[in-house]
Amino acid sequence: MTPDARQIVFENVSKFYGEVLGVNKVNFTLKPGITSLVGPNGSGKTTLMNLMTGLIRPSRGAIYVLGLTPQQPIEFFRLVGYCTQFDSFPTGTTGYDFIYWPLRLHGFAHDQAAKLTDEALQRAGMAQVARRKVAGYSKGMRQRIRLAQAIAHHPSVLVLDEPLNGLDPMARAESIALFEAIAKQGMHVIISSHILEEVDRISDRVVLMSSGYVVAEGQIREVRREVRDHPMQILVRCSNAARLAAAAFELDHVVEVKILNDGQGVLVRTRDAEQFYLLLNKIVSGGLVEVDAVAPADDDVNSIYQYLIGSDRGPA
Amino acid sequence: MSAQDLAARAQEWAKEQPWRLYGSQISILVRNELRRNLFTRRRIGIYLLAWVPVLVILTHVIVDRNHPAGSPQIEADTQVLAAIVQLYYFRLGIFFACMAIFTWLFRGEMVERTLHYQFLVPVKREVLVVGKFLAGSVVAIVLFETAVLACFYLMYSRFGSTGKSYVFDGPGLGQLGSYLLVTALACIGYGAVFLALSLLFKNPIVPGVVIMGWETIAAIFPAWAQMLTVTFYLKHLCPVTLPVSGALAVFTIVAEPVPPFFAVLGLFLLTITILALSCFLIHRMEITYTAE
Repeated sequence: MTPDARQIVFENVSKFYGEVLGVNKVNFTLKPGITSLVGPNGSGKTTLMNLMTGLIRPSRGAIYVLGLTPQQPIEFFRLVGYCTQFDSFPTGTTGYDFIYWPLRLHGFAHDQAAKLTDEALQRAGMAQVARRKVAGYSKGMRQRIRLAQAIAHHPSVLVLDEPLNGLDPMARAESIALFEAIAKQGMHVIISSHILEEVDRISDRVVLMSSGYVVAEGQIREVRREVRDHPMQILVRCSNAARLAAAAFELDHVVEVKILNDGQGVLVRTRDAEQFYLLLNKIVSGGLVEVDAVAPADDDVNSIYQYLIGSDRGPA
Repeated sequence: MSAQDLAARAQEWAKEQPWRLYGSQISILVRNELRRNLFTRRRIGIYLLAWVPVLVILTHVIVDRNHPAGSPQIEADTQVLAAIVQLYYFRLGIFFACMAIFTWLFRGEMVERTLHYQFLVPVKREVLVVGKFLAGSVVAIVLFETAVLACFYLMYSRFGSTGKSYVFDGPGLGQLGSYLLVTALACIGYGAVFLALSLLFKNPIVPGVVIMGWETIAAIFPAWAQMLTVTFYLKHLCPVTLPVSGALAVFTIVAEPVPPFFAVLGLFLLTITILALSCFLIHRMEITYTAE
């Protein structure tokens, strides 16, 4: 297969650490946009990211990032930025040096490297403390300086391992806005995170992982539709909840209907959402019920994750 | 000019002039390595290894300052200096200093969990090996050359005009040149060995001790086996033969002399071969800090 120069391709990738499975038979193709890797500790998220960036080599299979492999480091790492989870820094380095020197290794002259360093520090909100030693930074600042280093050379693929860890709500919102801005420029942003609410909101697609296997992959709604054996929950805010509940109960595919505590709506669990929406349209057009809002209640990452992986604690 | 333009321009430059890029990367790696890791207080043990003989000779000079020092004494002190260089520096000082300096270049970064930063920049891993090796070599050579130079100066300065005459009109200057050459070769030879060991083993200390044993007993093996040691080449370049006998002769004996040119070339070839092995090993290296 010819690697696509715009996509990230995993071809039957397996990684074993001796007898221990890292990931097994991973196959997927990622298009530009924000992709979230979701799964509990040890599910293989970091392994996938390390494989993608060449920090570890696959035991089997092949990985292409924009048609390149990490065995071509000069071309590869101009296009890829990786913010790892390792919270360690070269001894004695300042925030500025931490970004400036890798840029010099890219081949940028002093002036260019200095300009890009200042820009990255600005984008990560670290310009004020850049001349201080990283050893004196808080956890959130260390996270942001790593992010600044990863984005400094304007990569086309940004890989971020738990990038929101340790950030306060303001910094988290700023980082998310930054990821969205990067993705809007047609770039790849690959994020692993256990802050599902935020991942859910910003992701174009998800890769759900469990015990080294990819259990589902695609757009969140598509993935949700694939989970046929789990009834979908639909929340309807309406005027005559009892009437709607009665009508819904008559349908075979509806397995549960709950009237909300305030009496202003129902929560329906159905195996065939499309049929339920047809019913709802009929009831609304018949004037029996006035509907204020309809929304799927469980097509977020957390619900899908729990359906697929069956963990009550959710991903970590 | 936008950042994308800058990146595109840097990419073009790298494509057009890869060797200039490699050269610039090596120079940056050497500078960073020197600044961050090598000339620091943590390295005080290595400085001591280099400067202990200097302190011993200085003490000797101070204690003996009232005793007359004539030509016979110069000959004796020349032998003492040869013993310091050949038995202490080549066998112990440079050996252990190179073990500390060169094994730390990669293994230290694994321990401190910072090696991934080096693997995530557009630098070929071979360039990384060469950059780190050169940084280690600069430190070891500067440290031990100055120490040998200081030993030499202290040893002959106390003889006044006799000493000056020995150095500038006699064999002294030639001996100094040989010692400096051999010291530099010892640093790069042992450096290459320990760099490779640090990529082969998680704990390179035990293999280092094995290498030390091999360097010592190789003298009793055939010449082809001796060529796989660093000391084989160094011994051929030493300007003063030590009149030692018994077990110590193993350290100085030269069974089959070879011309100095071949000795230098041989050591360079050995170093390049070991560095090539290091380049091969670093390609297989993975970042698995939890296994450290």
